[in-house]
Formats: sequence, C-alpha cells, structure tokens
Amino acid sequence: MENVTTAEQIAHAEHGHEEHELSFLQTYVFSQDHKVIGIQYAVTAMLFLLFGFSLMMLMRWSLAFPGASLPVIGNLLGQTNAPGGIMLPEFYNQLGAMHGTIMVFLGVVPLAVGGFGNFVLPLQIGAPDMAFPKLNMFSYWAFFLGGVVMIASFFAPGGAANSGWTSYAPLSVIATQGQTWWLIGMIFLITSSLLGAINFIVTAIQLRAPGLSFMRLPFFVWAQLVTAFLLLLAFPPLEAAGVLQLMDRLVGTSFFMPAGLVVTDQPLEYSGGGSPLLWQHLFWFLAHPEVYVLILPAMGIVAEIVATNTRKPLWGYKALVGSLVFLGFMSFVVWAHHMFMTGMGTTMSSFFQTTTMIISIPSVVILSALFISLYGGSIRFPVPMLFALAFLPMFGIGGLTGLPLGLSAPDLHFHDTYYVIGHFHYVVAPGTILALFAGIYHWYPKATGRVMNELLGKIHFWGSFIAMNVVFMPMFITGLAGVNRRLYDGGLEYAHAQDVLGWNVVSSYGAWALGFFQIFFIFNFFWSIRHGKQVDDNPWKATTLEWQAPSPPPHGNFTTPPEVHRGPYEYSVPGAATDFTMQGQASDPDPEPAQV
Amino acid sequence: MEIPYTVAERPDTGLNNVKLGIWLFLASEVMLFGGLFSAYILLRMGATEWPLGSTLLNVPIGTFNTAVLIGSSVTMVMAHASLKLGNFDKFRLYMGLTILLAFTFLGVKGYEYWEKITHDHLPAQNTYLAIYWTLTGLHGLHIVGGIIVNSYFWGPGSAMWRTKREQFINRVEAAGLYWHFVDLVWIFLFPVLYLL
Repeated sequence: MENVTTAEQIAHAEHGHEEHELSFLQTYVFSQDHKVIGIQYAVTAMLFLLFGFSLMMLMRWSLAFPGASLPVIGNLLGQTNAPGGIMLPEFYNQLGAMHGTIMVFLGVVPLAVGGFGNFVLPLQIGAPDMAFPKLNMFSYWAFFLGGVVMIASFFAPGGAANSGWTSYAPLSVIATQGQTWWLIGMIFLITSSLLGAINFIVTAIQLRAPGLSFMRLPFFVWAQLVTAFLLLLAFPPLEAAGVLQLMDRLVGTSFFMPAGLVVTDQPLEYSGGGSPLLWQHLFWFLAHPEVYVLILPAMGIVAEIVATNTRKPLWGYKALVGSLVFLGFMSFVVWAHHMFMTGMGTTMSSFFQTTTMIISIPSVVILSALFISLYGGSIRFPVPMLFALAFLPMFGIGGLTGLPLGLSAPDLHFHDTYYVIGHFHYVVAPGTILALFAGIYHWYPKATGRVMNELLGKIHFWGSFIAMNVVFMPMFITGLAGVNRRLYDGGLEYAHAQDVLGWNVVSSYGAWALGFFQIFFIFNFFWSIRHGKQVDDNPWKATTLEWQAPSPPPHGNFTTPPEVHRGPYEYSVPGAATDFTMQGQASDPDPEPAQV
Repeated sequence: MEIPYTVAERPDTGLNNVKLGIWLFLASEVMLFGGLFSAYILLRMGATEWPLGSTLLNVPIGTFNTAVLIGSSVTMVMAHASLKLGNFDKFRLYMGLTILLAFTFLGVKGYEYWEKITHDHLPAQNTYLAIYWTLTGLHGLHIVGGIIVNSYFWGPGSAMWRTKREQFINRVEAAGLYWHFVDLVWIFLFPVLYLL
C-alpha cells in the first residue's frame, strides 16, 4: 500500500482496506486483522498449554512412582530418555525446565496478552483495529517461531534445556546444547512481546473512541495497558542477559562464570571474573514483573465478568485503577526477594522484603474491591461467572501463602521447597488459568456468535476446580516438611520426606484428573463453533463497547463509529429503562456533549 | 473504518501513532542498554583488577568515530528539515551523507576489531574485553539496522514522497529519533570503554 504510484491505485488505497479481496492466506494465516491474530494467538497458546501440561503429567508419574516403568507411553519416550519406560533424572530435568518455560512464555502470557488483548482491547475502546496491524502480524509470527525453536530443542543433542526455567548460571552455561536453543527461542519471544507491547500501548492511548476518557476505560483495558508497560520495560534486561549468556556459551566469555570452577575433576577453561548473581539479578528483573504480566490480565478479565454478572458497577473503580498502576510500578523494585538465599547481604534483603510487603497492599485492594463488588448484587451464575468467582479465593490463597516467602527469615526454610511450587501455582493455575477460561467462555459468543455448551462448561469447571486443588494443596504439606522442589523422585531418598511421600501420589492423581476434565473443554470449544446456541450481539447484557459490535465483528469492527457517553459499568442505574446502559448509548437528551 | 491518527496528531495526546510508538521502542532500548551497563558496573565493582581502557583501545580512532557519529546525527536532522521545507533533493543528499557516515563508522570499527583480533584480544580473554566486544557489537548491530532503515527511505521508500507526503515525513522523523538514540548510546559507550 505504501508504494502505490498511479492515481487509480491511490484512489483505491484511500477507500480503505476493507474493500480489498483478501486471499485465504491473507485472511487466516498472515492476517493483519486484530481479531484473527487474537484467535491465532489464543489457539496456539492453548496448544502450548496442553503440551506443557502433558510434560507435567509425565513428571507426576516419576514423582508419584519413582523408578516404576511408565505404562503405555513409557516406551515411546526413547531409550535415551526412559530406558525400559523408566524416566531418567536427566530427562525429568528437561521436562521441568520446559514445563516452566512453555507454560509462562508460550502459554499463559500469549493467551492472556496476545489472545485476549488482541481480540478484546481494540473492541473495548471502539477502535477499528490495532494501531500497527503489520507489526501485530510480525509479533504473532515471532512468537510462533520462538515456540517452534523451543519445541524443536527436544531433538537437540542432549535434549532440551535442563537448567530450570530460570536458567541459573553457571549450570546453564555448561549445560547441553538445548540451552542455546532455549536462549535463541527466548530472543524470538522477547522480540514478539516487545512489538506487541508497543502496539498495545499506542492502541490504548491513541485509538480510544470519542468520549472514551481514561477514567471511562473498562478495567480490562487498564490491566492490559499496565501489563504492556511491564512487558516493554522488563523484557529488555532479560534480552541483555540472554545475549550475555549466549556469549558465555558460544564465544567463551565469563560474564556469569566465576574463576576456578571444576566440573567432574576437570577445571573449566574460563577466564573467570564473572558473577552468577548477575544472571539472577537480570533474570528476576524481568521475571518478577512477569508474575504481574501473568496476573493483571486475569484480574482484568475477572473484573469484567464480575461486573456483568452481578448487575452492578465495580466497587471502587478509581481505587482499582490506582492500585493497578501502583502495582505495575512497584513490580520493578521487588525482584531480589527471589534471591534471599544467595548471600547478597542483609541490607539488600531488608530493602526487598520491605518493598515486597508494600506491593501486597495494592494486590489486596484489588482483590477486596472485587469481593465487595459481589455484595448486594443480583448474581447470575453462567459458566464464565463460575470461573471468575473461583478465581477470587484461589488467587487469595496464592497471594497469602506468598507473604511468608517475601519475608527473608521464613524464606530460609521455605526456599526451593514444594511450598514455593504450591504458592505460585495457586496464583497462576487456579488463579490465572481459571480466569483465562472464564474469559474464553465470556467472549466466545463475540468471536463466533454462539455460546459454548452450558452443561459441558459446568462439568469442566467443577472438575478443573476440584482437581487443581487436589494437585496443589498437598504441595504446601510436602513443602512445609522441607521436600526440595527439584527432586525427580519426590524426596524418596530423604528421611524428612518419608512421612509426606503419600501426598505426591495424591497430587499426581489430581493432575491426571485435571487432564481428563480438559477433554470436556476441548470438545466443547470445537463443537460449539457450529452447534452452540446462537445468540444476539450482546448475550450477557453487558455495557462495554465490544458488545455493541456485531458477532463476529466484521473487518473494521463497528458498523457505525462508536461514541462513548458514560462510564464502563452502568448497571442497574435507577430510572434507566433496562438494568444495563451501554457505554455507546446517548442519553436522551445528551446533557454532556462527547469530548475527545 | 480507517485507523485514525496514523498521520494527524490526536488532539488530547498531541501525538500521532508513529511518534508514540518510536518513543516506546526507544524506552525499551534504554532498558536493554541499561541492563548491559548495569552488568558492566556490577562486574567492574566485583573485579580484582580491571584494565584501563586507553591501554588496550585506540583512543584517537575512537574519538574520530565519535565525531563521525555526531556528524551523522547532524545530517539526519538536516535530512528531516529538508523534507519539512519541501526540498526533496536536499533530503536525498543529507540522507545519503548520513548513510555514508554510518558506513564510515562501521569501517573504522571494523579496523579496530581487526586490530584486536590480530593482537589476540578476544572476548574470552578477560571480562573487560568480553564486555567491550559485546557492547560495541550490539551497538554495531543497531548501526546496521539504522543503515537498512535509512537506505530504504533514501531509495525505494522515498516513492511515498509523491503519494503520502505527510506520512513519509513522519516516518523519516521516527527513523531520525532512532538514529539519534544509537548515537547517544555511543556517547555513553565511548567514555565508559575507552577512557575510564
């Protein structure tokens, strides 16, 4: 479009892109439409989530029945990974590192930000598309390539990366070739989320419909905006760290290598002078804000669903937005609470323990406001609301169990035990992932014009909700007993673990049950595309702009350019004709003319 | 519906999409180089000995290269100003000069690298050389990126001057902001690596 020269072509270009005949490839594969890209992101991310979860289901076998031969699939894993169907510790380590990497960078973030952000955000602000559609396409494909590199690394000599998702040096520097693949994959993923973050921020700031001031933005848009800033500013230091680690691995520099390292009686040929702590600082400078990248979009989704299904405005909208911005800011100054055990010094520990206690305040404000929003509402219980309601206490458990970890003294005991695993999984799995399911059930009718099946949805909800608690609750017990999180046999060799070994088996059955209940979701997701109940443009009777667009929205989104006349959550307004007043609905007569 | 504010400024933000986008991109670049400079500080603080940059590197050549880059920033400003004044030929001249100066910088840098290699001053030698190679190498990649973008606007991209004038000027301005940033990084790199 940029290089048009003849007058005819110029005229054509000025007519706008919706008149072009798009080929199949342009429509569905290399699409520049935010809705298609959003769905591409979401489906790809869900496949990665399934894959990452499958790795975990394999690991759970080794944890529950160490040394036993894995039935049926054990022999498919290859003789180098699982001779005779018995999983080797080396292979377990690969699965562990890749489970973390895939779930965080290829699953949850792309679904929450790439999927929901792309599909919902432009619709909620009344924009025709993202600000930079081409860039949007590139960021999806960079993500896709990064994912392919990560998965392909299983076939590298020595297998995939096996130094944990944190890739701590010097272990990761001397690890097998899979680690190099991991770093290259990460560079693709970082590029993707940088491009995405720029696009989201510009879109949210520049493309708001007339009348949609910042304090009229739906909470979901705020959550995506803050998330995008975190991605924009936190990821580059990890990119820097990745480059340094690549240099260490490929060129032989010593950024993360101290002098005098000896591995299996052989001194390593490194000049030394590097600092393993440097890696941890750079890594956690990203990875702590990353935690909020995982949780903020989830909070945004839950807020939308809670407001819609309680039929009343969100309680404390301004406090929510303020807390969100404060949370985003504070997330940059808490990273070293992951490093209390590294010997970085008590002054540092005290500082980061203080900031960590401070950051818990806005989190509690947000959660409390969402709880209070329920009070006095006439609550409906469609499937998305069930998931959203489950998110609240689950995230609460995840957050509260984090407090002892944020204090440097109790962290001495909890560090690197199953307690930590239980804590952050409560935040991310029964927390974020339940919220993401809520979002899928909530916006599915917008993408397809049909709702997902209610009964299958309820089976999926109750099954997942109970199974997730069966998986993660026992981890607090094993963690308190002091079982280390990285053992492939779940602590079989340790005296202090003997009393709690049984809980590993409980956890494992929970994980496999969780896998079973996802079948209902997968079936429902595809079946409902053609056979779900057809609904109108606004099946939930919600107020925000996306429900004003046709379902599914056409290219360009809105049939008439939307204009905003009111705040995002005008439910049950006294004197109004219905119990919801849409943002785009003009008052009669309009007392305030719309302002840009 | 067309995407609004691709060229015109949005009244309440005072920005168009491209300008906001490039500033955000530069913010992320600040964090990238900020991370690397922090790594430099942390490594140097922890080091038992650290060579003085001027004993290993060629300061006069580095100074010359600094002047070259600052010069290219000036010509970049002139290129953009020429477009604003509607003088396309001058734009071609100044943009061409910018690209030429960028190549000069890379050539000089290449000579320095060659000198290092022949003296066996390779990155694996010590932490100072490691950070020298990494920082200058990454900066060099940014220069290459700038050359590619600027050459596009000098050559095939300049067809937009006839079709979408405003948008073309905006794009050149964005490219200019990026180019000034790359210069700025060097202004920090030069004293840190060569002089301190």
